[in-house]
Amino acid sequence: MSALLELEGAYEKVSKDPQFARDLAAFQTEYAGRETPLTFCPNASRELGCRLYLKREDLVHGGSHKLNNTLGQALLAKQMGKKRLIAETGAGQHGVATAIVGAVLGMPVEVYMGEVDMQRQALNVFRMELMGAKVIPVKSGTRTLKDAINEALRDWVANVRDTYYLIGSVVGPHPYPLMVRDFQSVIGREAREQVLRKEGRLPDVIVACVGGGSNAIGIFYPFLTDDVELIGVEAGGEGIGTGKHSATLCAGDAGVLHGTLSYLLQDEHGQVMPTHSISAGLDYPGVGPEHAMLKDKHRVTYVAVNDPEVLDAFKFLSKTEGIIPALESAHAVAYVMQNAERFDKDDIVIINLSGRGDKDVAEVAAMKGGA
Amino acid sequence: MMGRIETAFAAAASMKKPAFIGFTVAGDPDKATCIRIARALIAGGTDILELGVPFSDPVADGPTIQKADERALAAGTTPDTVFEIVREIRKESGVPIVFLTYYNIVCRRGIERFYQEAHDAGVDGILIADMPVEESGEVCATAARYGIDPIFLITRTTTEDRIRKIAEKAHGYLYLVAVLGVTGVRGQVSEGAIDLLHRVRKHTRLPLALGFGISTPAHTRTCARAGADGVIVGSAIVEIVERNLSDHDTMVLELQDYVQSMRRVHESQE
Repeated sequence: MSALLELEGAYEKVSKDPQFARDLAAFQTEYAGRETPLTFCPNASRELGCRLYLKREDLVHGGSHKLNNTLGQALLAKQMGKKRLIAETGAGQHGVATAIVGAVLGMPVEVYMGEVDMQRQALNVFRMELMGAKVIPVKSGTRTLKDAINEALRDWVANVRDTYYLIGSVVGPHPYPLMVRDFQSVIGREAREQVLRKEGRLPDVIVACVGGGSNAIGIFYPFLTDDVELIGVEAGGEGIGTGKHSATLCAGDAGVLHGTLSYLLQDEHGQVMPTHSISAGLDYPGVGPEHAMLKDKHRVTYVAVNDPEVLDAFKFLSKTEGIIPALESAHAVAYVMQNAERFDKDDIVIINLSGRGDKDVAEVAAMKGGA
Repeated sequence: MMGRIETAFAAAASMKKPAFIGFTVAGDPDKATCIRIARALIAGGTDILELGVPFSDPVADGPTIQKADERALAAGTTPDTVFEIVREIRKESGVPIVFLTYYNIVCRRGIERFYQEAHDAGVDGILIADMPVEESGEVCATAARYGIDPIFLITRTTTEDRIRKIAEKAHGYLYLVAVLGVTGVRGQVSEGAIDLLHRVRKHTRLPLALGFGISTPAHTRTCARAGADGVIVGSAIVEIVERNLSDHDTMVLELQDYVQSMRRVHESQE
């Protein structure tokens, strides 16, 4: 708790510090490759009958939106005088993004990763190690993302004086959800300017996938007070009815995990349920508390799509546009494909393409019915 | 009227020794064996019995206790089971019983219902490991209505200001975390733990119990000399359970011997 109060104080300070903002902006431009394009998709637009744009977070250095957050938090950690970064990772994208900032800022990095996820995402394990991070296999519980967070929290309480815990999503205790949202909302700020420049108006619909929910809140946040339909797509896994899914907002209810009151997938006694998704990055039984609020206020609509549709979307975007989406982001693509008849041909639809799919290619190829 | 917890500390103090607080996970490895374990701990001389109400994600605990939680959950342990275990123990013992659990377990059942059922079963205190004092208003009010002591953790990084806040809200005793980190057996009691004891003492007259990483008679001696009112032993007990899963008779004998050995140290302090 003391560590969280220290973090809250430090974050409040830097969020008002123009020098911090300049340092972060310089890293975003010169190192991360921002701003990312808002790409119009002529072929997919024709097939789906709308004006489809992709916000290209897959082009951020490292291959996903995760670096937006790790750059911000690592600069903060440096300012706080912390010597060591720890992180959890599911698909490995956040671990990679943390390994990147550790390397460039000269801070040692240790990443907790569930044993199951290490097998699913062997390539990302190798990338992290290549950049000097140590990947620690987590063998407790379900051996996926939530258990990696448990282990990272345990490490943090044991080494709190010199260690900074760099959480990768809008989850965990305050101030993390707020801080991660702030660092990720660069996505929405850019997208808003870009769509106004290109189309002269705001989009009709914005679609993003939701695991913990950082890329979704990042693109939604600057549009919350606009007349824009916002859709968060959760991992339906093998179908909500089967119990093998990670659709926390669609199928969970109120609970407390990792210091956050939000929706939670749990049994009648409050034990956290195992989750399933084709994409390791969405495999989390909780969800950011701000998404819970946006659901309850009916500002954002949350839906789920299942693994087979996600695979179709993965292939569809690759073939039509030459862009291989991360399986996580393919959830958002799948939603638009499933609901194509809803859209008018002049409707502007933006999908937040939160990551690139290179990390998933081997796993998809290993599944039946590859391209 | 003095509660069972207060009485236990007063009795230990009158014998000039710290209370021995023994922890085991309720339902580990199953309900019947857990009751035998509790009996053995009590027979060995445990002054206060702490029962962990198992949770799928026990972030304050190390691997030993997490595995015990997993065994208990695999055996089908629910809060109902845990209350049944307490009722069984209450039939034969007046030992104070304290729950250690996590917020979601209490929240899911409903705070009111959980505390009422705990009270009816004969629970004396409840510690919710992931509930900061700042968020404890409703829980403390409910606990007060049912005469259950709200117990809090204080760590070496807890600020003076928060120690004061916790000392105001807590009843029964304060659980001082002797190490930086999670539960588990460690080599020795750190200097930091002793500092913490002295820091907290300035703010409260509540009994102070040291836990996390305490497992040997030597540890107990160090804590007693530093003026601790109690020592809490968890992982060392759970390790004995884990080592003897295939032979429950040996398990309970070893547990009783272990508690006795820890208690003998207490008495040699006089």
